[in-house]
Amino acid sequence: MTPSLYLWLLPLFPLAGFAINGILGRRLPKAAVSAVALLFPAAAFVQVLWIVARAHQGLALPYLERFATPWIAVTGFHANFSFLLDQLTLVMLLVVTGVGLVIHLYSVGYMAAEDGYWRFFSYMNLFLFFMLTLVLAANFLLMFVGWEGVGLVSYLLIGFYYTKDSAANAGKKAFIVNRIGDFGFLLAMFLLIAHFGTLSFREVFANISAHPDLQGGFLTAIALLLLLGATGKSAQIPLYVWLPDAMEGPTPVSALIHAATMVTAGVYMLARAHVLFGRSPLALAIVAIIGAATAFFAATIGVLQTDIKRVLAYSTISQLGYMFLACGVAAYSMGIFHLVTHAFFKALLFLAAGSVIHALGGEQDMRKMGGLRKKLPVTFWTMTAAVFAISGLFPFAGFFSKDAILAATFETPGEKILWAVGLVTAGLTSFYMFRLWYMTFFGSPRYDESSAGHGEHGPHGVHESPWAMLLPLVILGILSLAGGWIGWPAALGGHDWIAHFLDPVFTSASNAQLVVPSAADFRLERILAGVSMLVALFGWWLADLMYRRKPQLADSAEQKTRPLYTPIWNKYWVDEMYGAVIVRPILALSRNLLGRGVETGIIDGANTAMTATASGASSGIRRMQSGNIRSYAGWLAAGAAAVLIVALYLSHSF
Amino acid sequence: MNEPMTPSMIAFSPALRILPEILMTLTGVLVMLVEAVLKPRTSRKPLGIVAILGTLAAIAASVYQLFLPAGTAFFGTVQSDAFSVFFHLVIGCIVLVTLLISLDYFEGHTSFVGEYYALILFGATGMMLMTCSVELLMVFISLEISSISTYILAGYRKRSATSPEASIKYFLLGSFATAFFLYGIALCFGATGSTNLYEIAKGVADGASPLLLTVAFGMMLIGLGFKVSLAPFHVWTPDVYEGAPAPVVGLMSTAPKAAAFAVLLRIAYGAFGTAIHIWMPLVWIMAVLSMTIGNLGALTQRNVKRMLAYSSIAHAGYLLVAFTALAPMGIAAASFYTAAYAAMNVGAFGIISYLSGYNEARTSLSDFAGIARRHPVAAAAFAVFLISLIGIPFTAGFFGKFYVFTAAINSGNAWLAVLGLLNSGVAAFYYLRLLAQMYMVPVEPPREADTAHARPAFILAMAILVLAVFALGIFPGRILDLARAGAATFSGPANAASQTVPVALLRR
Repeated sequence: MTPSLYLWLLPLFPLAGFAINGILGRRLPKAAVSAVALLFPAAAFVQVLWIVARAHQGLALPYLERFATPWIAVTGFHANFSFLLDQLTLVMLLVVTGVGLVIHLYSVGYMAAEDGYWRFFSYMNLFLFFMLTLVLAANFLLMFVGWEGVGLVSYLLIGFYYTKDSAANAGKKAFIVNRIGDFGFLLAMFLLIAHFGTLSFREVFANISAHPDLQGGFLTAIALLLLLGATGKSAQIPLYVWLPDAMEGPTPVSALIHAATMVTAGVYMLARAHVLFGRSPLALAIVAIIGAATAFFAATIGVLQTDIKRVLAYSTISQLGYMFLACGVAAYSMGIFHLVTHAFFKALLFLAAGSVIHALGGEQDMRKMGGLRKKLPVTFWTMTAAVFAISGLFPFAGFFSKDAILAATFETPGEKILWAVGLVTAGLTSFYMFRLWYMTFFGSPRYDESSAGHGEHGPHGVHESPWAMLLPLVILGILSLAGGWIGWPAALGGHDWIAHFLDPVFTSASNAQLVVPSAADFRLERILAGVSMLVALFGWWLADLMYRRKPQLADSAEQKTRPLYTPIWNKYWVDEMYGAVIVRPILALSRNLLGRGVETGIIDGANTAMTATASGASSGIRRMQSGNIRSYAGWLAAGAAAVLIVALYLSHSF
Repeated sequence: MNEPMTPSMIAFSPALRILPEILMTLTGVLVMLVEAVLKPRTSRKPLGIVAILGTLAAIAASVYQLFLPAGTAFFGTVQSDAFSVFFHLVIGCIVLVTLLISLDYFEGHTSFVGEYYALILFGATGMMLMTCSVELLMVFISLEISSISTYILAGYRKRSATSPEASIKYFLLGSFATAFFLYGIALCFGATGSTNLYEIAKGVADGASPLLLTVAFGMMLIGLGFKVSLAPFHVWTPDVYEGAPAPVVGLMSTAPKAAAFAVLLRIAYGAFGTAIHIWMPLVWIMAVLSMTIGNLGALTQRNVKRMLAYSSIAHAGYLLVAFTALAPMGIAAASFYTAAYAAMNVGAFGIISYLSGYNEARTSLSDFAGIARRHPVAAAAFAVFLISLIGIPFTAGFFGKFYVFTAAINSGNAWLAVLGLLNSGVAAFYYLRLLAQMYMVPVEPPREADTAHARPAFILAMAILVLAVFALGIFPGRILDLARAGAATFSGPANAASQTVPVALLRR
């Protein structure tokens, strides 16, 4: 019998933080709100560390903790309320609580001057609660609870500045687009219930493993529906449109929810359901194609964006595409590895960008930045670490994970095209990230010193951020450098630790990878690593040329490539397309048929009739209530008589 | 009496079968005696604490009874089994929480509060005895013990006009209804020659005097229907709930109802189980009437206590839906619902008693405007109870309704479940209206009661209830297992005695 890990406690910590700040926050002093907001995630993080220590001491994984058996029981189906801990969960827990805690700390500084400080932190803690539920869930249903919960909090936080129309609309857009994905998730669950009678990961996957003859067919249907859910949450084609708009939320939210954790839930789900996807080559191929296409497509858009947060948003979509690509070629541990490193450097990119925005009094347009290197030294150096990491420069974190994905894609038979796409995307990534770097920190200042710093944020001029914001930057900077070393590949003299750590989870899927690699394989891997390094350096060189040495080159390039430039600048008109093909017809239909016909005619009419009936009946019932005890006794006697008459009538059929 | 004797049964005293009742009675007597000795102006809080300790002992004794093999005692008049233990625990917990709420409620307003505690204890004794009686005369006696205590308790805000009025109304109408119940017992005896439920069950199965038995069942249904405020015997409910002190309403809207429903379950499934097709239509007519009348009545109510009174009529209706299901499933669903309803309704009235105080400073909906700003914690707790009353997932109310309606659907009464769900939709309106008042409407000027601070006992009581609402809503498994074990004890003493003791439930 394994000792208890008290997993149930883990999500309750942030939930307690949410409850305290949500109920009492309005009245508590700011310091107390911050203390509550930090202490509970910190407690969760400490517990995760404790669990890691226990796992290190040889705790048997996977470990299952049940609380309510059954949680829901109806004829033919039951679900337990239970948490599952395996290596995959452990990695996710570390990322969620660790990065989450750091971003909470940052927010204490960033949000200091905001109204609704307590509201912000209660939402952030609520997010951690749902995210932990999602990650710990031992069945699809409980996972769905967390899945919907993070979606809700995401909606609340995108619309945090709810008085701003664009923020409120962005929140709605995120919510509605995600509903489409959730619909797929729900249908997938119904199919699972219909075919397996359970939603427990263990039972479903054991059932699939026990039937080697199950291939494709309804499994493909389930996998594709799950994939639809994943594309919604992880902002992949075709449901990526909400993520750029989600940047309306406060920057720490972008870092935590829309970069490091929530958007990776789709990847986590694919990895969790790898047994299912393993039986459907078609679904896997579609995952890979969607991943590669999204990675490339979003990277091209990122090249021309001028809003610093939007560049990062498109790069998030693009990097998530890499993770999908990894899952699509069944290199799940590589996908999770990239998830981890991406959490570090992308959170850092957002936080550093937030620091820049903070210093400039809310300015987000990179055309109005420049030359900030000296003014914001800590921000500059940590941002540099993140830019190097995402561009895939050795030995920064992103190099290892991205290279691992590209190598895995290259080695998968018949996927050379995807590899090429991934490689080009890597070059693009490097280019637009260094473009951001140069436009923000180099060249001559283009901002207005007098207006900067007098906005909603800082008090005087352009200034470095407070320590509460810089400390998280430094921590994440170190992780952006060294975080990738957990996956230092064997080909480069390392141990590939993360892949081996995750092997027990993915054994059935990664059987192919368990083959001991030969010297030739190593040579190939080294060559591939060299190629991607060169491509990244080329991107840097190009950005250096166009945005530092010869800035006029950027404009002339724009003139020369007009046919290419226009669609990219307009983000391929995808939003407009969706608007014309989906949104407008639905609006027209709703307005005319549902609005005028059904609503006004049928529902309102029925409503009026029902309200009249209800209030009529209600006042009738009140009239029974005369307060007069004799009339009450009368009612009682009448009721008794009625009951007896019915009883007598019924007794004939005795 | 054909009590099956197993060796283990001879070993212990029959008094153990009614150990919780004995403990409650002794504590009540102790409280009465000490009350007489205390000086008139001193605080009666110590007596309340004694009562709380006695209740805890009774709860512990009920749990202990789970370890006894199920069986009857005292010439087959009482039977302790998982079913009775389940209701003992529900009633015990309600009484415990009510005592905690009352501890500071009367402070400084009324003398002789000691009697109040004693009355609650005696009333609880009656209710507990109801749930373990298998002899109709015993049921009647315990019903009277519980009712008379409740009549007095309803009038405990002595200097107000409404409270004694409520008490008198409740007493007169209650006596009227009890007469029906007694008449029903007499007719049962006439038809089968016995007042023992198992003997009656035999008579019913043999088809003896169907006319008499049907009328007898109808009479008993009238008597119990009054106690649980089922339509059309609900007319007293709004007036009495409005006049009685809020902590007492919390108690009397849950504990006596739980006991009366337990009796109704024993009579309907235990004694008249083979005639289910006869009484089923009666039950569903009353269920539909109660749900509809309760919810429609609550819709236009501006007085919060009256609104909750109508809501309690509606909830009695939902509960009755479970009776239309087949034996074990319906019994388990009904038992679970009493527990869920107890947690949320005692909580709601507890919060009202805190916010309004002894002088009932807040009565109408508009009095609750802006409470969320002035009393954020109390408002949040109230919100939890109201959300549970609506039946939103992750609260006790959701699973209560879920199991009741599932039981109805599985027994082929889908239309009844549909009616129940429609009713729940209507009900959401008036609960949400109160929630909106608390959270959306600007702050009212402070009231007299607002100066009061929540005392530790009250906070403890509310914490227990909020936890219970969530525990029943998220982890209903264990309670449901006990309810199922209780349902399994039906169908005769032989089964009850041979049934394995569900101790395993406790060890899980």
